[in-house]
Amino acid sequence: MTETDLSAFVIDCQEREETVLSFIQSLINGISIGAVYAIIALGYTMVYGIAKMLNFAHGDVIMVGAYISFCVTQYLGLPPIVSVLAAMVVCTLLGILIEGLAYKPLRGVPSLAVLITAIGVSYFLQNAAQLIWGSAPKIYPSVVAIEPVQLFGGQIVITGQVIVTVVASVLIMVALTLFTGKTKIGKAMRAVSEDRDAAQLMGINVNRTISTTFAIGSALAAIAGVLLCSTVPTLMPTTGSMPGIRAFTAAVFGGIGSIPGAMLGGILLGVIETFSKAYLASEFSDAIVFLVLILVLLVKPAGLLGKQVQEKV
Amino acid sequence: MKKDNYPKHMVEVTTTNLMREQDKGKLPVLDVRNLGIDFGGLTAVDGFNMTIGPTEISGLIGPNGAGKTTIFNLLTSVYQPTRGSILVNGIDTKGMTTAKVNRLGVARTFQNIRLFTDMSALDNVKVGMHNSIKCGFLSSLLRLPPYFKAEKEANKRAMELLEFMGLADIADVKAGSLPYGVQRRLEIARALATNPSIILLDEPAAGMNPTETEELMHQIRRIRDTFQIAIFLIEHDMNLVMNVCEGIVVVNYGRIIAKGTPEQIKNNPAVIEAYLGKKETD
Repeated sequence: MTETDLSAFVIDCQEREETVLSFIQSLINGISIGAVYAIIALGYTMVYGIAKMLNFAHGDVIMVGAYISFCVTQYLGLPPIVSVLAAMVVCTLLGILIEGLAYKPLRGVPSLAVLITAIGVSYFLQNAAQLIWGSAPKIYPSVVAIEPVQLFGGQIVITGQVIVTVVASVLIMVALTLFTGKTKIGKAMRAVSEDRDAAQLMGINVNRTISTTFAIGSALAAIAGVLLCSTVPTLMPTTGSMPGIRAFTAAVFGGIGSIPGAMLGGILLGVIETFSKAYLASEFSDAIVFLVLILVLLVKPAGLLGKQVQEKV
Repeated sequence: MKKDNYPKHMVEVTTTNLMREQDKGKLPVLDVRNLGIDFGGLTAVDGFNMTIGPTEISGLIGPNGAGKTTIFNLLTSVYQPTRGSILVNGIDTKGMTTAKVNRLGVARTFQNIRLFTDMSALDNVKVGMHNSIKCGFLSSLLRLPPYFKAEKEANKRAMELLEFMGLADIADVKAGSLPYGVQRRLEIARALATNPSIILLDEPAAGMNPTETEELMHQIRRIRDTFQIAIFLIEHDMNLVMNVCEGIVVVNYGRIIAKGTPEQIKNNPAVIEAYLGKKETD
């Protein structure tokens, strides 16, 4: 082997190493944003599974949660953890309020009416936020104060946000699975989800069960809002809408109504999005995400982990 | 509510049959007065009157489309009546939700089985026990000792009910994958779990073979004798109805055409006509 051959080989190896490392870094970033989508998708999927409605205002509850947490840290000067709890409390109440005022009166009407109402609630929340906080973007300081982990001499960086987001999403998924599987309220929820009338005949208060679902979904939205803005630090009234739609896509991707499906869908969506930004074209990342969704739905109409529902004819 | 408070014009109360000795002088578990419902211009049920004693087994029969399931839906507040009133253990259920009526003591099964197919048989029964499990949200989420205690008690009672219906060995099987006859019995176990004072069975023997039906007849009597509750059933299997029921109500076109003991019903010309058509006279 000649001198030039050897040096070419070394350069080749270095390039390959860099490619592999940047691939891993993209994967980590993708999992991180995917975990945020997963938390949002979990809220979507729970509400869909139990109340049988698509709550398009879910993304905007996320935005409200982020604003509340922003205000608590910036204006009241309280520690980040308090701001997260405050956001959860406010969003829970907001979720119950939205459900009670906007959706409950529409129980039993065709689902299209509920869907339109949800879009209306979404715009209402965005405009209300614009009135309260203005339309100028705010810079959201991350609530996570964990030092980033550096691997391969700083070539791969795992930030504190990534660690917290991934851990939080896994914890939430496990907690939700236990909650719906093991607790009395969780069982009531599954009963309502399967057959509302039969559940009523078991003495289950369907309205209260649906309210509880919204409360839980909205509390999750608050956590998602804080983590989303810790990852992508601009906060404005429309912050929640696009992640909301992506998370909805993730829920459909994984099989709407399924808790592990929402998790899987969220992570996959985040990874696909990041990879298409890194290797294809960032302008097309959304188009690619939806293309993948279309392909998956063509093959598996119920989503990756969804149950095949046979429509009665 | 005291009996004297009833509006005088709807006092035509007739029991389905000679009341059981032990039910005499007791408040009927179900007291239906002049019940009626219209769907748009169509009168589906009209002038339905009946009482059921606390431990009575009664049957509701009639040709297809006579309004039997509509009556069950009225009794469980799935529909709100247009006319008349329903008293469960003396309490008027007007305007109540189905869940509330269930808590008053009315449980039911469905003509087309409606179990929670994704849950195990045991979980189905435990959903039925929803209102009797005393365990708060926090203690169940945080797995505090009260959770384990309540969970243990619920499990024990649910298993007892499954055993009672002969279903103990399928406790962990998904309800949706059980055979038809077993699903019917599980639905009864789930209804019993709500601690009812009356249980409405909508065609419990539908799809069962003669052996299963025979066994069901014993079980229906055993449910009444063990839990001391009333049973009101819709059934097309005349063998079951005539053997199990102490009183029978026959409806056609939403109206009662006959009431009485199985013997009286068998020989009632109006009933024979409703089922077989008018005899041609020459």
